[in-house]
Amino acid sequence: MPPHLCATGIDKAFPGVRALQNVQLEIQSGEVLAVVGENGAGKSTLMKILAGVYQPDAGTVEMDQRPIVVRSVKEAEHLGIVLIHQELNLAGDLDIAGNIFLGREPTWGGLLKLIDQRRLHDNAAKIANRLGLTIPSRTLVHQLSLGQQQLVEIARAISLQSRLLILDEPTSSLTETETARLFSVLKELKTQGISILYISHRLKEVEIIADRVVVLRDGKNAGELRRGEINHRALVQLMVGRELKQFFQRQHQAKTPLARTGIEVKDLRWLPAQPGITFTIEPGEIVGMAGLMGAGRTELAQTLFGVRRKLTGAVTIDGKPIAVRKPADAIAAGIFLIPEDRRIEGLILTDSVKHNISIASLPALSRFGFLQRSREERLAEAMCERFMVRTPGIGQMVGNLSGGNQQKVVLAKWLSRTPKLLILDEPTRGIDVGAKSEIYALMDDLAHQGAGILMISSDLEEILGISDRVLVMHAGTLAGSLHRAELTEEAIMHLATGGESRT
Amino acid sequence: MKKLTGIFAFLCLLYVLILAFTDQEAWGSNNFNLTKRIGIYGISCLGAGLLIVTGGVDLSIGSVICFCAAIFSWLVVDHHVPIPAAIVVVLLSGALIGAVNGFLVTYLGLQAFVVTLCGLFAFRGAARWILNDEIPRIAAPIADWSAFFNGSFLSISIFLWLLLGLFVAGSIFLHFTIHGRYFFAIGSNERAARYSGINVDFYKILAYVLCSFFAAIAALMDVFSISSVQASSTGNFMELYAIAGAVLGGCSLRGGEGITVGMLIGTAILCLLRNLIQMAEIKDSLEPVVIGVALLVCAIIDESLRRGLSWRDLLSAPQQLWERWTRG
Repeated sequence: MPPHLCATGIDKAFPGVRALQNVQLEIQSGEVLAVVGENGAGKSTLMKILAGVYQPDAGTVEMDQRPIVVRSVKEAEHLGIVLIHQELNLAGDLDIAGNIFLGREPTWGGLLKLIDQRRLHDNAAKIANRLGLTIPSRTLVHQLSLGQQQLVEIARAISLQSRLLILDEPTSSLTETETARLFSVLKELKTQGISILYISHRLKEVEIIADRVVVLRDGKNAGELRRGEINHRALVQLMVGRELKQFFQRQHQAKTPLARTGIEVKDLRWLPAQPGITFTIEPGEIVGMAGLMGAGRTELAQTLFGVRRKLTGAVTIDGKPIAVRKPADAIAAGIFLIPEDRRIEGLILTDSVKHNISIASLPALSRFGFLQRSREERLAEAMCERFMVRTPGIGQMVGNLSGGNQQKVVLAKWLSRTPKLLILDEPTRGIDVGAKSEIYALMDDLAHQGAGILMISSDLEEILGISDRVLVMHAGTLAGSLHRAELTEEAIMHLATGGESRT
Repeated sequence: MKKLTGIFAFLCLLYVLILAFTDQEAWGSNNFNLTKRIGIYGISCLGAGLLIVTGGVDLSIGSVICFCAAIFSWLVVDHHVPIPAAIVVVLLSGALIGAVNGFLVTYLGLQAFVVTLCGLFAFRGAARWILNDEIPRIAAPIADWSAFFNGSFLSISIFLWLLLGLFVAGSIFLHFTIHGRYFFAIGSNERAARYSGINVDFYKILAYVLCSFFAAIAALMDVFSISSVQASSTGNFMELYAIAGAVLGGCSLRGGEGITVGMLIGTAILCLLRNLIQMAEIKDSLEPVVIGVALLVCAIIDESLRRGLSWRDLLSAPQQLWERWTRG
């Protein structure tokens, strides 16, 4: 049987990244095809190309053996290809029927375009029946659970006569029963001849639902597994299996034993139904934190720093318990955070380099509340020099600097003081190679001075390259801890995708 | 800086026009009245400007002024409270109102626009209730005080001195202390400010307190200036003048931008525009039109300059728009 949809030789580049190179993908009608890969392997880009969000630089897409060009989401929907995003796209104040037919409501009254409520709800009921939905179609969407909202999105796709449904991380915020429910709906759709592209980090779900798995790695096809061959170990091997290049060399890896005990985190939770998270970071240790998108790493950092309210848990530094209710408390205790999104959380882009560097140290730069500008300028100059920030001057607007230099400004903001614990959330995302190694050198140096460092990163190479120890998170909890000797890409991916801890 | 010189030039132009329309004998008295007005409007504008820098807004300024004036007259006329004590009570009530606004905006997460819109209604009503919709006989008990405030020192009206004093204090606070720097940081990027360890909620509340406190001062000055309180008219539209002055003077309602000198010039422009309309014997009813149009033109010019357009682009813009329209 010829494939229902067939993409060949897909290339796509973004400034500085080749997101996809010569990627092939085929899907039969009535097939559930899972696409897996690490963060940044190119899964989302590929899906967005199929759904008309992006245009490929090269390559062809055929549907029913006829070449198609998908220039927009609208065109894709017309062809029967519907992408359901991870973040749902529903109008919460409309009811279920209203959402399913949003923009395509049956009307009467000619130009008045009054909504034909009866037909609207009849049609909605028909589709709901096909999915086995039992909620009345007049229920407002914001009253539904996330799992039910997802089904409404799928119902909308079905109403568009969709023949290929693309689901991006559909279960990331669903409970187990909701996931099971989703799977039975997907199976039902399969029997109706609808193809499903299923993207997920959760390999266990892939094992259950997929007829076939395509693995992407670094924007290329890494392999394919058929129904009988799909298992966790085989998937992980295809996902990683990359040659390790020479990475950053740590200068001070041999740790000098210190009298202090470092940071202990005990039973930390920020969600009600979450298992508590417990770990320690010794002074002078660089601890990498790996995990896939949505595993809760950023939330953990935010909770430690006091941006997010914690539900339970205790944090002690050098044996002394600390109470963190707001960032100022964390800072006073010596916990600094280099946030994930430097443009929104780390910097005031419209302000100068100087002001951005000094903003967290102003009390120390003032007398009786009066800002001493000469001291502020000296600090900014000194920090720019120490961190090799390339800027025309300290009066330059931060928004005009390159990503790497912006990140160095964020570091400079904190590191005029020595932290007890420095948390870096994706510190090198979108940064050029030179700036990266400068940032690694800095972390190395700080660790040598006795700071504990927690580096959250989605870049496995980076995690393997500079961590003394790696904590792996999966689905909101700590999946395991790996010492330097046990560090391999496979071991990390195994834990990050929900594999059992081997220790 | 370019913008500041621009609006300052506009201010000077207005002043010359006023002189041209006024008889030479009336120059002195007109100047004196002008400075009184600028004093009262300038103080409420300064408060509003400080708040706008943090990204907040207060629509209740006019009603708070009326409410404070009402309390003052109720204390002094009905209860014979000594004037200094009454002043203290009024100033404290202003600060308290600001604290409540700030609390509602930060801790309850309500929108500033909504909270202060409620204040706009509530305090006006409260003032009418306190005054029983009557005009109190306040002129006699405050005669000495009002004579002092209506006087002058070094031939500059006391009101203007007061404004200058508060202006200097406000400028030092906003531009020379770390607290002012925090105001700007919060207005530019509240999230980054929070991540930098700034006590964002405290500073936002402080901004509301300052705004209402300055409104209370403006209320007292208004009472001393005209020796009268009227629930239906005292402080009318003052919030709009205050916000307009701050915006004219270079504050952005998105927050994070503003300079105290600009607020002063902005207020002066509004007062001079009004004065010019009287002096040039234009119909009084047209005054809001003139002010509205002036503000709109300023906003258009400001936004265009911000986008990097030159004056020449600006002048040719209407023509281009027209062409695009007729073609479409």
